[in-house]
Amino acid sequence: MVWNSFSEFLAMGGYGLYVWGSVAATALVMALEPVLLARRQRTLIAQIRRQLAADGRSTGQAPRSRA
Amino acid sequence: MNNGLLNWFKFASPQSFYPLAGKMIPWFWALAAVLGAAGLYIGFFVAPTDAQQGEGYRIIFLHVPAAWMSMFIYLVMAFWAAIGLIYKTRLSGMMASALAPTGALLTLLALWTGAFWGKPMWGAWWVWDARLTSELILFFLYIGFIALQAAIDDPRRADKAGAILALVGAVNIPIIYFSVKWWNTLHQGASVSLSKSPSMATTMLWGMLLCALAFWMYSIAVALMRVRSIILERERGTEWVRQRLTSAAR
Repeated sequence: MVWNSFSEFLAMGGYGLYVWGSVAATALVMALEPVLLARRQRTLIAQIRRQLAADGRSTGQAPRSRA
Repeated sequence: MNNGLLNWFKFASPQSFYPLAGKMIPWFWALAAVLGAAGLYIGFFVAPTDAQQGEGYRIIFLHVPAAWMSMFIYLVMAFWAAIGLIYKTRLSGMMASALAPTGALLTLLALWTGAFWGKPMWGAWWVWDARLTSELILFFLYIGFIALQAAIDDPRRADKAGAILALVGAVNIPIIYFSVKWWNTLHQGASVSLSKSPSMATTMLWGMLLCALAFWMYSIAVALMRVRSIILERERGTEWVRQRLTSAAR
């Protein structure tokens, strides 16, 4: 272990702003990208399902199995 | 032999790759989490203070993996683009498109963490140095690829145009890599090379390599997530998508 205290860890020997600024940017990107991708997938699936249901109705057939 | 060949073609179809990718994603997330935790632990709690740069050097554990992956993802993207051009396989173009945004983000992170490292060590957030400039060009190549594909409505034509851009742009990768050798730059030379033993402490090296592997697994996980959306978007009119989405499974 190279740190004697938590505040020493935060200070990063005076480079705190630079080290934590890098960590924060990386964490932000790596948290946001998968969240946005999961949301894109969910929205897309819901949209296609709505469309399939609508198509089923307009052609006079009952909506497929799910309904 | 025939069997192996058949299997390859089986997974080259979007229809069979979609569920396979869905099954693989959690494994890549798990690997990314374990490797990342190990790498950051070594990097921030085990690796010693640097003699010249104090604790500021610890940015290396994020900067180098981001920079490596920014270049590597571009090469993988160019590879899929080439396969798509040559064999006209549908999935290849989708893979290339799925990789570009992640590559752009990692390039941005490499530039960002580089700026946050350059400021305390060189006294400047940015210099028009060969390494930094060629990495910035890489960012523009990713953005250009994304914009070009977005501007073309027909996916097959978008793939083709994107593929040519990706392949031409690949020339930038060796330029980035060797820039620190070819030009007199402010950026330090390679920390790790195949021809000579690393110029850093073993624990530093291990921390960096584990973080790089974590970034790699992360990239695969998000690229697979994105390719699944792209597959659904492009194949939404097909029978298999209809069947899949009208049954309970996602």
